[in-house]
Amino acid sequence: MKQFIFFVRKEFLHVWRDKRTMLILFGMPLMQILIFGFALTNEVKNTRIGILDNSKDETTNAIIQQLEASRYFDIVENIPSNSQLEPAFQAGSIKLAVVFPENFQEHLLHNNTAIVQLIGDATDPNTANTLINYASVVIIDYQNGLRGQAKMPFSINTEMRMLYNPQLKGSYNFVPGVMAMVLMLVCAMMTSISIVREKEMGTMEVILVSPIVPIRVIIAKMVPYFILSAVNIGSILLLSVFVLEVPIQGSLILLVAECLLFTITVLALGLLISSIANSQQVAMLISLMGLFLPTIMLSGFMFPIENMPVPLQVISNVVPAKWFYYIVKNIMIKGVGFEHVWKETLILTGMTVFFMVVSIRKFKTRLE
Amino acid sequence: MRALLILLEKEFRQVFRNPAILRMMFVMPAVQLLIMPLAADYEVKNVKICVVDYDHSSYSQKLVNKITSTDYFTLVDYTDSYEKALNYVEHDEADLVLQIPSSFEKNLIREDEVSLFLAINAINGVKANLGGAYLRSIIGDFNRDVRLEWLQLPRQNPQPAITIASINWYNPLMNYRFFMVPGILVILVTMVGAFLSALNIVKEKEIGTIEQINVTPIRKYQFILGKLIPFWVLGLVVLTIGLLISWLAYGIVPLGSILTIYVFAGVFLISILGLGLLVSTLADTQQQAMLLSFFMMMIFILLGGLYTSIDSMPIWAQVFAKFNPVSYFIEVMRMVVLKGSTLYDIRFHLLKVLIFGLVFNSLAVWNYRKRS
Repeated sequence: MKQFIFFVRKEFLHVWRDKRTMLILFGMPLMQILIFGFALTNEVKNTRIGILDNSKDETTNAIIQQLEASRYFDIVENIPSNSQLEPAFQAGSIKLAVVFPENFQEHLLHNNTAIVQLIGDATDPNTANTLINYASVVIIDYQNGLRGQAKMPFSINTEMRMLYNPQLKGSYNFVPGVMAMVLMLVCAMMTSISIVREKEMGTMEVILVSPIVPIRVIIAKMVPYFILSAVNIGSILLLSVFVLEVPIQGSLILLVAECLLFTITVLALGLLISSIANSQQVAMLISLMGLFLPTIMLSGFMFPIENMPVPLQVISNVVPAKWFYYIVKNIMIKGVGFEHVWKETLILTGMTVFFMVVSIRKFKTRLE
Repeated sequence: MRALLILLEKEFRQVFRNPAILRMMFVMPAVQLLIMPLAADYEVKNVKICVVDYDHSSYSQKLVNKITSTDYFTLVDYTDSYEKALNYVEHDEADLVLQIPSSFEKNLIREDEVSLFLAINAINGVKANLGGAYLRSIIGDFNRDVRLEWLQLPRQNPQPAITIASINWYNPLMNYRFFMVPGILVILVTMVGAFLSALNIVKEKEIGTIEQINVTPIRKYQFILGKLIPFWVLGLVVLTIGLLISWLAYGIVPLGSILTIYVFAGVFLISILGLGLLVSTLADTQQQAMLLSFFMMMIFILLGGLYTSIDSMPIWAQVFAKFNPVSYFIEVMRMVVLKGSTLYDIRFHLLKVLIFGLVFNSLAVWNYRKRS
């Protein structure tokens, strides 16, 4: 036992003295929370649009003003003629063009009908859709203003209530995801690399011929990363509560316990990787391709799982992060108790035990 | 010159004798391009809806039929208990609950006004918003049908009406993959280039072979060039594989000229490899180098506009995007592949990325010390 503590101490010093790595390891969650919390929104605002006004009358002016007043649009260009439309899109300076035909006002006032054309840059289909919707709303509002308020008979009103996230904040969705990503990185990638490093440098040989039980050495390597992750979990939770204002609805103890369970799962994965890989580069590749990408793509936090083709949905079940994400989301945001997530917890525990057993059995005490 | 050639030969040998790198060159594009676009589907469909009907009238039936006949919604349950419906939401089995009040039909016809109640699981804000909007537009349609049934609306609209005609250029079918695939290609080239180059010099440091190079008369710039050129070639090979896969798997053929893509990619690779080499000269161990480049790549990629548009980011992120080579490449790739932009259209992008390349590489040369 004393030996073990010495080893833990040694590993701690290793990690602690590498200030650059420490800085990144602690900076990473901070940066991710900042980026996800403040920079990545699917919300559309201040989009650059162009106007091609062939009519130039009061009505078109009024509509243009209303478009300009909307926070969704920034009018950057008045396009002089039809032939200038395509170049404006190709240079990427506008995302939407509003085209008024000639004699717009005349048509509207005399024939009671006029056409306005909206051209969206559908290289990004979702944005194009949203932009066209917003612009339509502005134009329809203007038209309703013309008509005056007449109450329609037989009207159905809809009252909407947003559950769990009334302000529709993106943060609710990604805080659990960031946690999974950071844990993957710290535990799986860093642990596996630091073990493989001993193999690559040849120091593993020294350890294997010494009277110490090899698996203890390996576990000693995991302890500092385990503690690092615990600190990171804490800082992510603090940041999300105090900076992003995402409250923790459910039990904090349960949440922390689940996080620690996932940390162990990922540590076991790291161990598994280190027993397969022979060089640091290979370990890195496996953890990037085998762990990190699936975590981003298939855990459901970036992309909705129900939209994926069935084979991918099936594969997503073996991604531990998916279950972790589900559990954290439910405890943190919906505030449900253990009775709602015991099944997922069981699955995660099962995976952890499985990875542990496989990696310990695969761990070789001999050099080939 | 001769020294450079010999260095190049050494580097190429090292690359070709390393199965991990070769595997990465073929597996990465395949995995990323075949799986990511399938997974990265932001389109909102299959919204799971649970209807709580307290009315059970013919109108409420009609409304439910109208909702379920669209592709967007799948009916989870048709019940008359709100508790039960909320329970579905709690278990993630339903995204949306529509509650029809008990005198829906009566009030609609007698009182001219009735309210429906909609509860949406808003953890995923985008989905909640879009799902709610779709449902409201369906209800709006239903409302119009009801009105038409009871009122004879005049044919000719007596009031001014603006018709809105919308077109979607460059991607009329609104295929989300056309949007994602060119962006993913960029990520691919970036990751391969940055990681390989970042790990390279460090590996020599860690193994100790850099000592041997330091005692030779090789100049600093020759050393950096010797590292740069092989990865530059590899990066272009990966790009070619990626373009082939996106053609074979998704039928995406660049509208613009392939040459434009390669010219830009060539310049882009110089700058991203320079960045990798800079990391490599800064770090002492491969672990450090990897973490550092991973950290930078993550920020570059997330803020590069692959998933979310840069226009809607806050000012600090937009300023950052101006110094982010990845965001230029993503934009150029989409412009050339989907809109057929020419070299002339992207000249400023090209110039900026070239400047980044010069800065990063000079820093790398400057920071590489032949003394230990």
